[in-house]
Amino acid sequence: MFPAVRGWLRLCLLVAAVLGLSIPAALAQEPPAPPDRPLPDAAQEARARALFDDIRCVVCQHEAISDSPAGIAGDMRGLVRDQIAAGRTDAEIRDDLVRRYGDFVLFSPPLRSGTWLLWFGPLAALAAVGVGLLFAARRRPAETVPLSPEEEARLTGILADQEIRPDPDAKRSDD
Amino acid sequence: MIIELGAFALILALALSGLQTGLAVAGRLRRSPVLAGAAEGAALAAAAAVALAFGVLILAFAVSDFSVSNVAANSHTDKPMLYKISAAWGSHESSLVLWCLVLTGFGAVLARARGLPFGLKASAIATQGVLGVMFLAFAVFTSNPFTRLDPAPFQGRSLNPLLQDPALAFHPPLLYLGYVGLSVCFSLAVAALVEGRAHSSFWPAWGRWVRPWALASWAFLTVGITLGAFWAYYELGWGGWWFWDPVENASFMPWLAATALLHSAVVTERRGALAGWTTFLALLAFSFSMLGAFLVRSGVLTSVHAFAVDPERGMLLLAILGVAAGAAFALFAWRAPQLKGGGMFAPVSREGALVLNNLFLTAACATVLLGTLYPLILEAMSGATISVGPPYFALTFNPLMVAALLILPAGPLLAWKRGDMRGVAQRLSVAAGLAILIALLGWMAFEPKQALSAAGIGLGAWLILGALAETADRVRLFRAPAAETLRRARGLPLGAWGMTLAHAGLGVFVLGAVVETGYRVEAARTVAIGQSVQAGKWNVRLDDVRMVEGPNYLAERGRMTVTLRDGSAPSQVTADRRFFPAGGQTTTEVGLDFRGLDDVYVVLGERGRTNAGEPAWSVRVWWNPWARLIFLGPAIMALGGALSLMDRRLRLGVSRRKAAA
Repeated sequence: MFPAVRGWLRLCLLVAAVLGLSIPAALAQEPPAPPDRPLPDAAQEARARALFDDIRCVVCQHEAISDSPAGIAGDMRGLVRDQIAAGRTDAEIRDDLVRRYGDFVLFSPPLRSGTWLLWFGPLAALAAVGVGLLFAARRRPAETVPLSPEEEARLTGILADQEIRPDPDAKRSDD
Repeated sequence: MIIELGAFALILALALSGLQTGLAVAGRLRRSPVLAGAAEGAALAAAAAVALAFGVLILAFAVSDFSVSNVAANSHTDKPMLYKISAAWGSHESSLVLWCLVLTGFGAVLARARGLPFGLKASAIATQGVLGVMFLAFAVFTSNPFTRLDPAPFQGRSLNPLLQDPALAFHPPLLYLGYVGLSVCFSLAVAALVEGRAHSSFWPAWGRWVRPWALASWAFLTVGITLGAFWAYYELGWGGWWFWDPVENASFMPWLAATALLHSAVVTERRGALAGWTTFLALLAFSFSMLGAFLVRSGVLTSVHAFAVDPERGMLLLAILGVAAGAAFALFAWRAPQLKGGGMFAPVSREGALVLNNLFLTAACATVLLGTLYPLILEAMSGATISVGPPYFALTFNPLMVAALLILPAGPLLAWKRGDMRGVAQRLSVAAGLAILIALLGWMAFEPKQALSAAGIGLGAWLILGALAETADRVRLFRAPAAETLRRARGLPLGAWGMTLAHAGLGVFVLGAVVETGYRVEAARTVAIGQSVQAGKWNVRLDDVRMVEGPNYLAERGRMTVTLRDGSAPSQVTADRRFFPAGGQTTTEVGLDFRGLDDVYVVLGERGRTNAGEPAWSVRVWWNPWARLIFLGPAIMALGGALSLMDRRLRLGVSRRKAAA
């Protein structure tokens, strides 16, 4: 796992470093992203933008193609727009991207056997925490051990602080 | 020579932390105040030694001593002094010293705390000492920041220019104060499990000792995370402030756990109930801090914020996490069944509301943990790579938080033990009505019309109005003469004001986050001088672009005029594209035009040519409505935390001072 991740990291750093250099033009090795050509149809363009937020720039560090300045992100935006213009549905476009780049390309992982726990985990967590809290809250109260005189005195001291800024509405015990 | 002094001080601190642990354990076992007192002295000395080491490190950065490899790798003589110093926490090795400084520093404060029972204090100091030994040993043996280079280079490799930013100069120290502040809650929880007294007066007192630490850590984390989000917002140049990046999540999990801890500690303090749960959260919160340290420093994550460090050191951090958290949770599993006590309460009560708060916050925290670790675990087990990003959290985390936020305003109005639901509904009816009205207004006012965003606006308003309604109810606003209201307002404890502020601040944040996310408008165009980009109602004209020379960078600086579409309300912004020769990197310096609550956010991009052959620049413009509130909200929350901290009831040792007077 580590070498793969580090490989990505190095690639990303390289891309970031290369992309960044436009002032010393001699160093600009990779062409910048081609300028975006929004689709003429506003509804189609809105669909494209919604899709961009879900698609990961495959060479970047956790960035969607909508946000990434990388060249490949620009290419991917172009690809999505072309497919929308060609009349494909969002699901078809996603499937096509997954065929090209794998599940990695989508920020919402598909629901299949390997991601079952991911998608239903939060519900399981809610249930588990609920059981834990119920258990904590339902605990029988302990028999009170009588306090020693010193402890009693200290407790009185601690409780006395409560009265330093008394709430005039002190009928409730909550402040 | 002075560098070796720093290295020596760090080793000395390690020895002193070991001594602190040994003395505290011996003192506790023999019930010897002398030994325990010596442990406290060792804790103070350890903190002083780490402070000395950190001071030496700062000095090395300030004078650019490139014979220290850490300085050579992260600094440069051309950098402004602020970034020379902030480079001292810009790398793995030196930021680990800061981590240890906060850890031992808080240990010293704990050692000076008065009013804690002998056994509890000795056990807590011993635990804090063990944590100090582990992290200092890690620093000394694997990540020594004082390693020398021979021969020393003439110039350093400079700090990543993205990190050369005022917000980021203060982001790590604040974050560490929060992360590591939770270590004291951890130590106090371990101590409570060791001392494990079941009688009913122990837990309220323990809740009172834990709460200031939880509160302070929470406030620091809130500010630290917000600064990080603000930095991402204006420094990375893509208009976002939160992207569920694994490293962002790593800082968010301790925050969620600390928020839950803060609330359950109230129940333990006031009613002695939920003692086991509160100790569990206290252990969990610092475990998440350690998990975050592992994730960020081990190189397992790809993130903008991660320190790329080698896996071997990552494994050691994982071992520290495993040993500390493993031992603590094993202790918990063993002792928790014996933690009895606490008052009973009806489901509809203040306690009940706080239990629900904890239910949703902890489940949300588990969701973030799952979403962060799942891709790593899946890849390790099956080799499959997946990405977990905003759409996942929108479907899982958001509903949990919405549930928590919906019930939030009712909580403070419910009485302890047994609440009156109908009374609360009556007292909140005005707030609820207004919130629905505001949601409708939001639906009508913003384009495009989105029901979900409008509901989010209503939720934000509900939080703010609910918090205000609670305070208004307490001071009998409009129901008693003004003088009476004023008297009551003055009599309200600071903690009550703090809570109101924190809850209202959360509402402010929700408003900003919902409106910014739902209604932001983006536009990008390649423009020549004199041409414009339009985003929503704003028009941004590129006036000129000049080359400027900064202290350690060259920049193309674009001057632009932001106006409304009809040309009124002009205002100037500048956006830079900076090239840092020392590291060969380029950053964007965003132009921000503040328009009330909105931002007009301008990024100067690559230089190109128009079709006619003129020079042109790609300019991206965002109109981010209500974006100010995203950062203002957490600031209000942290202020609320600070106010609560100043509440005299939370201060330790007050009774003693009073007795002496």
